[in-house]
Amino acid sequence: MIRAENINKSFGKLQVLRNVSVSLPQGRVVAVIGPNGSGKTTFIKTLLGMVVPDSGTIYVEGRSIANRHDYRAHIGYMPQIGRYPTHLKIKQLFDMMTDLRKENAPKSLDEDLVVAFRLRDMFEKPLGTLSGGTKQKVSAALAFLFSPPILILDEPTAGLDPLSSELLKEKIQREHGNGKLILITSHVMSDLDELATDVLYLQDGSVQFYSSVDDLKLGTGEQKLGRAIAQIMSKTAVLSKRAEAIKI
Amino acid sequence: MNKVTKYVLYDIVRNRFVMGYTLLLAAVSFSFFGFDPDPNKGLLSLLNIILMVVPLVSIIFSTIHFYNSYEFIELLSAQPLSRKSIFLSEYIGVAASLSLAFLVGVGIPTMLFEGTERGIVLIISGLLLTLSFVSLAFLAAVITRDKAKGMGLSLVIWFYFALVYDGLVLGILFSFSDYPLEKVMLFLTALNPTDLARIMVLMKMDISALMGFTGAVFQDFFSTNYGLIIALSVLMVWVVWPVALATRIFNKKDL
Amino acid sequence: MSVLFHSLLLDHRVSPSFTRSHKKYPQHFSVQSCGFKTPRKAVSENGYAPAFSFLLFVCLNATFFLTSFSAQARTWKISPTQNFKRAVEQALPYDTLLIHKGLYRINNIIIDKPLTLIGQNFPVLDGQFKNEIFTITANDVTIQGLHFENVGMTSMIDWAAIKVLESRHVRIIGNRVRNSYFGIYLSASDHCLVQENDVRGNPKEEQNTGNGIHAWKCDSIRVENNRVAGHRDGIYFEFVTNSIIQRNFSHQNIRYGLHFMFSHKNGYFYNTFRQNGAGVAVMYTKFVTMKHNIFEQNWGGAAYGLLLKDISDSHIEQNTFNINTIGVYMEGCSRSVFSHNQFIKNGYAIRVQANCDDNTLVYNNFKGNTFDVATNGNVVLTKVAHNYWDKYEGYDLNRDGIGDVPFRPVSLYASVIERIPQAMMLLRSFTVTLLDRIEKIIPSITPESMKDESPMMKPIVYRKK
Repeated sequence: MIRAENINKSFGKLQVLRNVSVSLPQGRVVAVIGPNGSGKTTFIKTLLGMVVPDSGTIYVEGRSIANRHDYRAHIGYMPQIGRYPTHLKIKQLFDMMTDLRKENAPKSLDEDLVVAFRLRDMFEKPLGTLSGGTKQKVSAALAFLFSPPILILDEPTAGLDPLSSELLKEKIQREHGNGKLILITSHVMSDLDELATDVLYLQDGSVQFYSSVDDLKLGTGEQKLGRAIAQIMSKTAVLSKRAEAIKI
Repeated sequence: MNKVTKYVLYDIVRNRFVMGYTLLLAAVSFSFFGFDPDPNKGLLSLLNIILMVVPLVSIIFSTIHFYNSYEFIELLSAQPLSRKSIFLSEYIGVAASLSLAFLVGVGIPTMLFEGTERGIVLIISGLLLTLSFVSLAFLAAVITRDKAKGMGLSLVIWFYFALVYDGLVLGILFSFSDYPLEKVMLFLTALNPTDLARIMVLMKMDISALMGFTGAVFQDFFSTNYGLIIALSVLMVWVVWPVALATRIFNKKDL
Repeated sequence: MSVLFHSLLLDHRVSPSFTRSHKKYPQHFSVQSCGFKTPRKAVSENGYAPAFSFLLFVCLNATFFLTSFSAQARTWKISPTQNFKRAVEQALPYDTLLIHKGLYRINNIIIDKPLTLIGQNFPVLDGQFKNEIFTITANDVTIQGLHFENVGMTSMIDWAAIKVLESRHVRIIGNRVRNSYFGIYLSASDHCLVQENDVRGNPKEEQNTGNGIHAWKCDSIRVENNRVAGHRDGIYFEFVTNSIIQRNFSHQNIRYGLHFMFSHKNGYFYNTFRQNGAGVAVMYTKFVTMKHNIFEQNWGGAAYGLLLKDISDSHIEQNTFNINTIGVYMEGCSRSVFSHNQFIKNGYAIRVQANCDDNTLVYNNFKGNTFDVATNGNVVLTKVAHNYWDKYEGYDLNRDGIGDVPFRPVSLYASVIERIPQAMMLLRSFTVTLLDRIEKIIPSITPESMKDESPMMKPIVYRKK
């Protein structure tokens, strides 16, 4: 359960997040989408504490995350591009992560993805020698390893081969079934169509809409999420053009 | 904290660059000591290396390493770890590996050929200089977001402390030679870590010349171990303050 | 015999009349004097005389050789219970006084006749800080094996443990002097010997202590194998000529280890001067010979291994200058030769003032000095050749052991420090190294004449004795 209240963030003159207030309950798979530069990544980073908002508060499991780090034990994060110390072996990375999260981790680790991606066969390989796809697999496996109640996946399927991509999606669905909150950013609408229960649409740093996928499809009369989004995006584009015209 | 340090250290130690640096230092040290039967000359040549090469390598390597570890730091910051411990783990990892390289490359040959008080002071000052420039590198790296800019800043810092600063001091001395500059000189020295390291070695190597100062301030400073302890302490301040400031900045930094 | 013992017991003093009548038994007398009452009984009443006589006979044989050199000379024994002053007064010329171990609280003893005073196991002569202890005004006096301490101190008179005034052939050998104002003081004397004495003062302020071995207006004296520490000047000479000073160890004196003025034609050999406040200073003298001496660890703004002021026609050879702020400082020094010396780890090996001329600097070793030569002007050291300089970076193509390019021992930075002493703080910095390099390639400031045209490629090795 994540709740954001009136989050504002500027990088210099550029305001990246404007009054973002959302509540993300457990048991949902929320697709965070929006055009490039709409503030998706910044939003995710504020949830992880990597970016500190100028104003507003974020609550994770009911507690404010300001000046805290222990709440991140409840979050599994899969970055867009995983870059790791090149001379470290995969096994060592897993050992280190286990070491770091030992206190908050469940007794048995969730090694579904380790098994599914056959990572054990490569455990002794240094991370620097891995392909981009394999690194993605490592990132994914790490995100799920400690069975956290919240998962934040940044472009999870980018760079994965179709088979691995399917395996990951299956895993996401399984965890959804376990009542977890999962945030996904992706540009692959078909993936989101399969996975997402809700859509959080950001544009120019503010929430354009936040509704369930079913409502969205009903409202637009489209069967596919991609089309539904595109329809809305074009509408807003027209609207903003009109707004500009009025201003002039 | 030391959990992360362990892996950072492991990663860097296997890095070819640090290996190369160690071997280079060892080769240089052995050739300096082996080339001349007088260990005093070897020590002097080594001092030049310590004052120029060691700071340069320390600051450049640390800056590059920090930028290269940026994603890893991001990954760590998504874990239940405080920013401070992540940053200090990185610092300790880098500082420890470069110190190890220095101790193996310079420390061992020096102890073999000149395991005297002078040799030990040379090693200690070189070690603290390494730590200090790693510290400065981390500061430069958190100040700038851009890798190229960070590298530039690091180079400028090195250039300033290793080359420009003493020239400026000499200029000041020439311009104000009619004034009593004793205390000013001691103060100016304290503002440059390479100067502090140099003075520490001088106090062991050229004490006879330094004692030629007629000024009471210098006499007091150099004649006892008091001066050495002060120089050592100020040099330690040069290790601590940049990384302390960098930690504060990193704590609030948006990754 | 018992009568004689009586007289001894009565006034506890040596009776010349007694000894003269028994001049064959001086040993007997002194043995008796040591343990008055019981021997007296033993001899007179219990009839141990034969055994006792035998003992006497043995003793006699032992001392016979001593006394037989001069028919007139006698040997006397003095113990702490006797009046030391009276004993000295009553002894005749060429007598020997054997002084027993013990404490003698005496001062102002005037020795005005040729006497030999020999201490056994270092009897302590305590001056109690009043006056001086021995004043010798006669020739052929020997003082040996005594321990002098607590000599008085005054700003008017130079009180000393042993003072020799206008005498010849005085020998002061193997004594200890502690806590005295002046230690051994020779004035207007000649052919004296000061040997194997150990003079140690309590270092206080310069004005509260005198010199360890002090000689004024002396000729042909020998000062050798002494140890002097903690005085104003360890060894001080003024107007001393034709003398030899050798194998002394003068250290930790407040001002100079050796200090002389107007003392021509003296030779200084194998002495060691260490950690003296201002090192060694010699002035206004001609024909000095200094060989095989060691000058070391003299540190400070005005400390020198060897300060030469107005010295001419002298030879400074085969000495070692080790870890001094300035190894040799030359001021108004001329026609002198410096050869085969070792200059090691000094701040400045040699510092030459511009008023020096016509000196020769050859076959010296310069190793590990911060600066080899510094000068305040365009010095004319007539000859600088065949020295080994560890800073020399030239080459030797014809392999004759002599570098093919000249060496300039005065660095630019040393010249800078002459002008701005604070620049010392930049020693061994990159800027300074750079300056010196440039100066080496394009000499502009350093004196043109100051160079070694034939620097040695390897250190000069010379025979050590």
